[in-house]
Amino acid sequence: MDGAAAAARDLRPSQAAGIPAEVPLRSTILPLRVEGLRYAAGGHAILHGVDLEIAAGPPTLVVGPNGAGKSVLLRLLHGLLTPAGGRIAWAVPFDQARRRQAMVFQRPVMLRRSALANVVYPLALAGLPRAGRAARAREALARVGLLHLAERPARQLSGGEQQRLALARAWALAPELIFLDEPTANLDPAATRAVEAIVQDIAAAGTKVVMTSHDLAQARRLAGDIVFLHRGRVIEHAPAARFFAAPRAPEAAAFLRGELLA
Amino acid sequence: MEDFDAAFAIAIGMIGSADPALLEIVVLSLKVSAAAVLLAALVGLPLGALLAVARFPGRRAVVVALNALMGLPPVVAGLAIYLLLSRSGPLGELGLLFTPGAMVLAQAVLIAPILAALARQVLEGLWEEYAEQLRSFGAGPWRAVPSLLFDGRFALSTVLLAGFGRASAEVGAVMIVGGNIEGFTRVMTTAIALETSKGNLPLALALGVVLMAIVLTVNAAVQVLRDAAARRAA
Ligand SMILES: Nc1ncnc2c1ncn2[C@@H]1O[C@H](COP(=O)(O)OP(=O)(O)OP(=O)(O)O)[C@@H](O)[C@H]1O
Ligand SMILES: [Mg+2]
Repeated sequence: MDGAAAAARDLRPSQAAGIPAEVPLRSTILPLRVEGLRYAAGGHAILHGVDLEIAAGPPTLVVGPNGAGKSVLLRLLHGLLTPAGGRIAWAVPFDQARRRQAMVFQRPVMLRRSALANVVYPLALAGLPRAGRAARAREALARVGLLHLAERPARQLSGGEQQRLALARAWALAPELIFLDEPTANLDPAATRAVEAIVQDIAAAGTKVVMTSHDLAQARRLAGDIVFLHRGRVIEHAPAARFFAAPRAPEAAAFLRGELLA
Repeated sequence: MEDFDAAFAIAIGMIGSADPALLEIVVLSLKVSAAAVLLAALVGLPLGALLAVARFPGRRAVVVALNALMGLPPVVAGLAIYLLLSRSGPLGELGLLFTPGAMVLAQAVLIAPILAALARQVLEGLWEEYAEQLRSFGAGPWRAVPSLLFDGRFALSTVLLAGFGRASAEVGAVMIVGGNIEGFTRVMTTAIALETSKGNLPLALALGVVLMAIVLTVNAAVQVLRDAAARRAA
């Protein structure tokens, strides 16, 4: 953890709060194997045969220019879109894998309820007994430093607070894997650091993070491995250190130099 | 013009003196229309929510039919309920014809399509916003229905008011199934119709003024409550 993230961490009231019994210590749904994944919408091919393997371990960062297909890829993997072709295979049957993952969208939807009720809602859907829900939700809010806003209507929260609420909402489900689609887009530097610290906490607690970003500095800070997506294809998938030191694909090198725009 | 002046004078006099006969009619009107809104809401709102989220062949046809039913003439609704409740009808056993119960039923039939059609419209937008997030949480369309009804509660309160306005304003349905029996099934609209037919126009107009004042008050009260709640819950 770097200094900035540690500083952001100090902003949060409850560091010790934990849900140890619920946190998966080792993943059962990974590895995720993707073969020849294709997707089309509105008459346009958006993904052209993505091959990818996502293993347990530090966060996997999906990077690439705007419109590369990052959000579409995450939605496909999460089961929200139906592929036009190819295979998505978890280590367990789809239904089980689906229940053990969560997603935070690029623009998280805040239910027209309090922040606390926003966290309780998916817990109820997940079948958590009524008695345990509020406590669990408060714990999740404490982890992201939002406990003091628990009763506030979620839609009145600031963008950064909503983003943290969305993380708490997903995290409370104690997923084995969490998809984060640009969780720091549109946030100021302090809010970005706060979110990054939460992401690091999630990863440290044993949850696999699969996250998109086009902030390269952020990818450096967080990533174990990098999936470089360009025009609907995985151009390079490499350990982060190797990717940033010596990208093999010319497009990846151009992207790192800030030259590749689309 | 004289008629209007006279009518307002009578109306104010009736409200001021809290005329017991008038009070009875007012209370029955409110009770019948409120019960009809409640009954229609129990059916219409979930139906509207379901139509907002469900995708099935023929859905568009159902939506078009529902929108058309919003214009259902009150006398037709009244006639249908009359045939159901008449002694030889399928529900004749209940002995509801010419009772307030029959009036509630007729008004509920009249406004249930309105509530369903308007709720569908309001909740479709909400579902568009929520769908992906709720699916990610593992909620299918069925599970989404109660969530949408709850999260759309402020917009739906306006829908209920529209239903209440329509119910308390209609005369054809309650006249047919209620019979305008004095002291038993006479409501504001049927009383107005009666006084008009008797040529007692100032009294009829005065009753109309009172009716509008009631509807206005109910709307204002709901609006105030709704705004207060919405401020707290956004
Ligand atoms: N439903 C859709 N219909 C038509 N085109 C779509 C649809 N969804 C996505 N696209 C297109 O697919 C491409 C990839 O979109 P996607 O949202 O995955 O990009 P992204 O990599 O997440 O970009 P950003 O960095 O801007 O978030 C874009 O060109 C987009 O316009
Ligand atoms: Mg995106």
